[in-house]
Amino acid sequence: MADLTPEEIKHHVKTYIIVFVALAFFTIVTVSISYLDLGVGASIALALIVATIKGSLVVCYFMHLIDERTTIYWTLLATAAMFFILMFVPLGTMLAQAKV
Amino acid sequence: MDIPYTVKERPDTGLYNGKLGIWLFLASEVMLFGGLFSAYVFLRTGVETWPTGADILNVPLATMNTMFLITSSVTMVMSWASLKLKDFSKFKLYAGLTLLLATGFLIVKYFEYTAKFDHHLYPSTNNFLGIYFTLTGLHVIHVIGGIIVISFFWLTGAKMWKNDPDRFTNRIEIVGLYWHFVDLVWIFLFPVLYLL
Repeated sequence: MADLTPEEIKHHVKTYIIVFVALAFFTIVTVSISYLDLGVGASIALALIVATIKGSLVVCYFMHLIDERTTIYWTLLATAAMFFILMFVPLGTMLAQAKV
Repeated sequence: MDIPYTVKERPDTGLYNGKLGIWLFLASEVMLFGGLFSAYVFLRTGVETWPTGADILNVPLATMNTMFLITSSVTMVMSWASLKLKDFSKFKLYAGLTLLLATGFLIVKYFEYTAKFDHHLYPSTNNFLGIYFTLTGLHVIHVIGGIIVISFFWLTGAKMWKNDPDRFTNRIEIVGLYWHFVDLVWIFLFPVLYLL
């Protein structure tokens, strides 16, 4: 992001405002969904999908990950792999207990 | 001796060193919070019943806090954009707004925590409150850390901006990346703890 022209920065600022509006909208969506009686499974799935959309907007546009160097992509790919392993540890334990 | 690659990009990474440094730090932060999210899944899937956050916690206050953090992320990135446009006074304005919003978040959190304590709800009361206080407490520590660093640049930035504007702009980009990560964690904490 070192060599941006003032015009490009101004374009970025417009994007930031659009992303902010989208984040506010999705926050309202998240809270609204929680008041619907959808059942536990559907509620968790929907809430996590909306949170992932919001998180992706923050990471892609505020943290500029949409336009970054491959060094960062590789670092984050390794992190994501480790994160998923971490998330599957409790789920794996649950499945192992279910078999017993 | 000058520290190399504070402004210029290293030929092998394509990044200035501070930026690679903060991303590596954020990768370790993903694992720190990831471990606790994993603990949450472990606790929740291990019991027959789990309370709905909204029955115990204050959803309107947490929604307000979500808006505070989202807005503070925008003002943070605007402060960096202002420096890129060579407008230091706008930087001061946006970074100041970020600090106000972050302080607002902490004040709301203070009221939330004290309301729980007044009702004798502590981390030791049950597993839900244990993981709630651990996750949000760690997040609050990160918010405080961000406030300290942003305040430092807000108070002392004029000198570095005068002497080395590109390096100062990069410092704000780095603290911004950290701040957006703090926002990102809350984006997941909010539904997981308060709404599900």
